[in-house]
Amino acid sequence: MAIGVEKMTDVSGGAATYGLAAASDRDWEAFHGVTFPGLYAMIAVDHMHRYGTTREQLADVAVKNHFNGVHNEYAQFRSKVTREQVMSSTMVADPLRILDCSPITDGAAAAIVVPLGDAKSFSKQRPIKIAGLAAASDSLALHQRKDMCAFAAATEAGERACKMAKLNTRDIDVVEVHDCFTIAEICVTEALGFFERGHGGKAASDGATAVDGKIPVNTSGGLKSKGHPVGATGISQVFMLARQLRGQAGPVQVKNARRALAQNMGGTGASHVVTILEAT
Amino acid sequence: MSTANSWREIPQRYRLEAGRCTKCGKIHYPPRRICDQCGSREFEQAKLPYTGKLVTYTVIRVAPSGFEDESPFAVGVVELDNGVRLQCQVVDCDFDQLKVGLPVKLEFRRIQQDGEAGMIHYGHKAVPA
Repeated sequence: MAIGVEKMTDVSGGAATYGLAAASDRDWEAFHGVTFPGLYAMIAVDHMHRYGTTREQLADVAVKNHFNGVHNEYAQFRSKVTREQVMSSTMVADPLRILDCSPITDGAAAAIVVPLGDAKSFSKQRPIKIAGLAAASDSLALHQRKDMCAFAAATEAGERACKMAKLNTRDIDVVEVHDCFTIAEICVTEALGFFERGHGGKAASDGATAVDGKIPVNTSGGLKSKGHPVGATGISQVFMLARQLRGQAGPVQVKNARRALAQNMGGTGASHVVTILEAT
Repeated sequence: MSTANSWREIPQRYRLEAGRCTKCGKIHYPPRRICDQCGSREFEQAKLPYTGKLVTYTVIRVAPSGFEDESPFAVGVVELDNGVRLQCQVVDCDFDQLKVGLPVKLEFRRIQQDGEAGMIHYGHKAVPA
C-alpha cells in the first residue's frame, strides 16, 4: 500500500507556515523572511517579465480549477470563483493574492499497488497500469537554479517517465499537476512540454487546459480547489486520474481518457515525481 | 539557527566569503565541500562583490513569524556583478522603485533574532545603488 496523509489544521496558521517553510532553504531563503508565497511570487515576476504572462492569466488558472472542483466530492472548496474575485482578494506577496494560493488542508489518500497480472484478483475495478515513473531533483534554493521558472527537474522527470512508458506528452489525455500556486501550474505545464515556454498562461486563459480543452489539467480542481494536504497530494492525484481512466469522473470526465500523467513536487521545484498511468 | 551554527557561518554571512573551485572556476556561495559542477574538493577563498542587480522580487505582505514588525517588506534575488545570486531583503526604497534590473548594493544589516534575549543574526540587505 502507498499511503499519504497530512493533518495541518491542528496548529495555528503561523505554525503551519513555519513547517511548510522547511521545504525552502531555511538558512539562505526563509532566513531573510521570504515565505513560500514569496518564493512563488518571485517566480511569477520572473515569468511575467520574460514572457509577458499577465495577472489575468494567473487568475484564470484558479477560476478553472475551482470550476472543476465543484464536481469533486473530495474537494475542500466546491465553489466557483470569478477572475474579479481572484484579482481583488487579499495580497499575500505581490503579485500573488490569497486566491492564487492552495489552502491549508487535512487529508489522506491510499493506493494498493500489485503486480499487473494479479490485479484482477484484488479488485473488480479496471486495473490501472503504472506505465512510467520517475523522480528528479534540483537545487533547494530558488536563486541557485539555472532558470528560476523553468522547473528543469519536472522536465527531467517527465522525459524519463515518458521514456519508460514508451510515449511522449502528446499521447497524454488528462493531467494532474502540483498547482500549489497558480503560477506553478503555468510553469509546470510548460516544463512538461504541453505548451511552449511562456505560453502556459495564455493556454489557461484560452481554455486549452479546461475539461474539454486540448489537454485537460487538474480536472479534480487541483491543489487550489481540492486542497493540498501536503503528504497526501501525490497519491490523491493518482486517485483522481484513476477515476478518469475508469470512466468514473462524472461531469469532469475526459472522453476516452486512456493515458494520464501526474506531476507532484516539493518546495519551489527542488524535487519532482512524474507518474504515467494507463487504462488496461 | 543555533548559536554554534551562526558563529561558524560568520565568514559567509558577515564578510560574503565564497569558495572558488580551483579546477573549474565556479564560485559557490555559500562555500561547499564538493563542487557541484565538476566534483572537485579543492577550493580557494573568493570575496563577493557588493554590487549587482535585482533579477526578481516581491513584497511580503503576510509576514512569517519573527518578521511581523517589518511587514510589508520587499525581498528579491540579487545577481551580483560576478554572476553569483543570493536572496535578501530589499530596503530603503519605495515599493514602486522595485523593478527587474534595478541596480543594488549590499549593506550589512540585522536580519533576525532569537526572541528578546537570544542571538541576533546579521547579514546583508540590498539597497538601491
